[in-house]
Amino acid sequence: MERMTPKHVDDPTGIPADAPRPALLRVEGLTKSFGGLQAVNHCSFDVRAGSITALIGPNGAGKTTVFSLISGFLRPDRGRVVLDGEDLTGLLPHQVFRRGLCRTFQIPREHGSMTVLENLMLVPPDQLGERFWNPLLRPRAVRAQERAIREKALEVLDLLTLSHLRDEYAANLSGGQKKLLELARTLMADPRIVLLDEPAAGVNPSLMARIREKIVQLNAERGITFLLIEHDIPLVMGLCDPVIVLNQGTKLAEGPPAIVRGDPRVLEAYLGGQHGAVDG
Amino acid sequence: MGDAALAKSLLLALPLAFLAARALPARVPWIARALLGAAAGWAVAFVVALVVPPGQMAYLVSFAIVGSIYAVLALGLNVQWGYTGLFNIGIAAFFAIGAFTSALVTTSMPTGAAAAFSQQAFGLGAPFLAGVVAAGVAAGVLALLVGGPTLRLREDYLAIATIGIAELVRLVFQNERWLANGPQPLRGIPQPLACLVRDPGCGWLPPPLAALFDPLAPRDYPYVYLAIATLFVIVVYLVLERAIRSPWGRVLRAVREDEAAAAMAGKDVARVRLQAFVVGAVIMGLGGALYAHYMIAIDYTHFDALYATFLVWVMLMLGGSGNNRGAILGAFALWGVWTGAAFLVDLARPVLAAISSDLPARGPYLRLLFIALLMLFILLYRPKGLIGEERFVSRDSQGRDG
Repeated sequence: MERMTPKHVDDPTGIPADAPRPALLRVEGLTKSFGGLQAVNHCSFDVRAGSITALIGPNGAGKTTVFSLISGFLRPDRGRVVLDGEDLTGLLPHQVFRRGLCRTFQIPREHGSMTVLENLMLVPPDQLGERFWNPLLRPRAVRAQERAIREKALEVLDLLTLSHLRDEYAANLSGGQKKLLELARTLMADPRIVLLDEPAAGVNPSLMARIREKIVQLNAERGITFLLIEHDIPLVMGLCDPVIVLNQGTKLAEGPPAIVRGDPRVLEAYLGGQHGAVDG
Repeated sequence: MGDAALAKSLLLALPLAFLAARALPARVPWIARALLGAAAGWAVAFVVALVVPPGQMAYLVSFAIVGSIYAVLALGLNVQWGYTGLFNIGIAAFFAIGAFTSALVTTSMPTGAAAAFSQQAFGLGAPFLAGVVAAGVAAGVLALLVGGPTLRLREDYLAIATIGIAELVRLVFQNERWLANGPQPLRGIPQPLACLVRDPGCGWLPPPLAALFDPLAPRDYPYVYLAIATLFVIVVYLVLERAIRSPWGRVLRAVREDEAAAAMAGKDVARVRLQAFVVGAVIMGLGGALYAHYMIAIDYTHFDALYATFLVWVMLMLGGSGNNRGAILGAFALWGVWTGAAFLVDLARPVLAAISSDLPARGPYLRLLFIALLMLFILLYRPKGLIGEERFVSRDSQGRDG
């Protein structure tokens, strides 16, 4: 424990000394089992506002389940999810979304037979035209809003260098482009926090560099907090601080990347007892 | 002859004028398109009314009325299946509820000797439009009741629930005599605007206009109904196009494509599905009303799964699921194939008799085989239908700038 972080992990305030900002997202004692399998077991951690936090861990550690519990796709058996003081536990995904939390999926879930632009235009909340009668009764207001949404979508496409694909069916994008599209969709919502599930998996190196650069840029310029699951250790080490390590459904360690990668318990969890450096 | 043709052409002109106006390019001002379309439509209608022999004309008109009713049903199914992916195989339920509701609302309670033979729960004697509205509301309420609990489940459950509800509705109308005359037909459903073809004429029409329709005899009533039916198709089509080519349609398609992703884009998936289900059902209910006032007498046998559900599905598949024009095209095309197949079977009678003596009597079943083969052909070679889905859902998301 003494090798881990400058600040004690189990500190109830969860505020590391070097970053005096409060927790934006707090997960408390989250527990979920599927039949006899304990997928998540009393998992607690905080995500600081303005941070790029990584959630890593060996396969089956429960990372994606934690994401699903936070974003409302699964209901926890026990525990709480708190976003900026508001309890999100038990809310449905669209309700979680409306509170400023977006997630992406490990395997991109784009709307395949809609164009890239329409995938983005779908996202903004409270669109007048989403009510059946508004396009009939208030066509001008709907169209004015549509134009504004379209402008915003074009900006986001530009930001994520997807503009040339805007009229392409989303199904026809490459795996990496779909990852970018997922990120783009979250931006359409002006989120406070984005949960990215393996943003770099299956992405070629140049696209990966771009995704990484965009995450840094969005974090710095728009103040968006990121929590990301990633297996690409170099990416995590270079991008994220802090790093939270999950093992067997519970938090094993937390701290700056350099310290976490040297933690013997982390090495053991990854390598099953054989000591050695995690490749960096 | 010429006078009657003029009156008939006025009634036939509406759908033709609409098609003509739609065919003109969008950069022509709408007022010019409307006028040109009306002129062209009426001219074609007049020529048709003059040239086509009355017997064939009567057949064409009745064909077009039934085609229009099916087009309304196919448009309703298109909202549910084509855009939202809801697997409703109980179209008959909403169709039947609409038909019987409009019938009960517009007929009067039987009196005198008729009361001994005919029973119905109520008869308000209300005007046609009140019946139409009631039909839509009743079908919508039924959809809420069915969809509320089942739409949250996986789509196969919706299929099971809808097929069950369709049978239930049909059996209720078959057995509950007090409701709508049970196994006997419910008769005397009024024909809207029938005064156009009757002798005193419509009192509310200005005399010069009424005089135009004077040459029409009561047997020409189907021309009037064709105008009403095509007006229904046009209005439903325009309303749906407006709603679909807007964020509403985008959300429907998003839910169809991937519910989890739609939920993560902040859309209340359960609500969207219920909305689409109810809107589709309301349209099917309108189709029911349209059917009832055409048939004048309806009973439970009209709402069996073959005619009221299966054919509508094949129509949508044939025309193009996810495309409203496809739904309408499919309805008319398949109704043409279906009725044409009857002629073919008639023609094939001698051949069938040569194979086996009892085969001609079973000839009608060949139509089913024929439709099944067509369905197979569509699925194998033209899975998107005659006109498939369009790339862009909402009209402001198209590639062009500005």
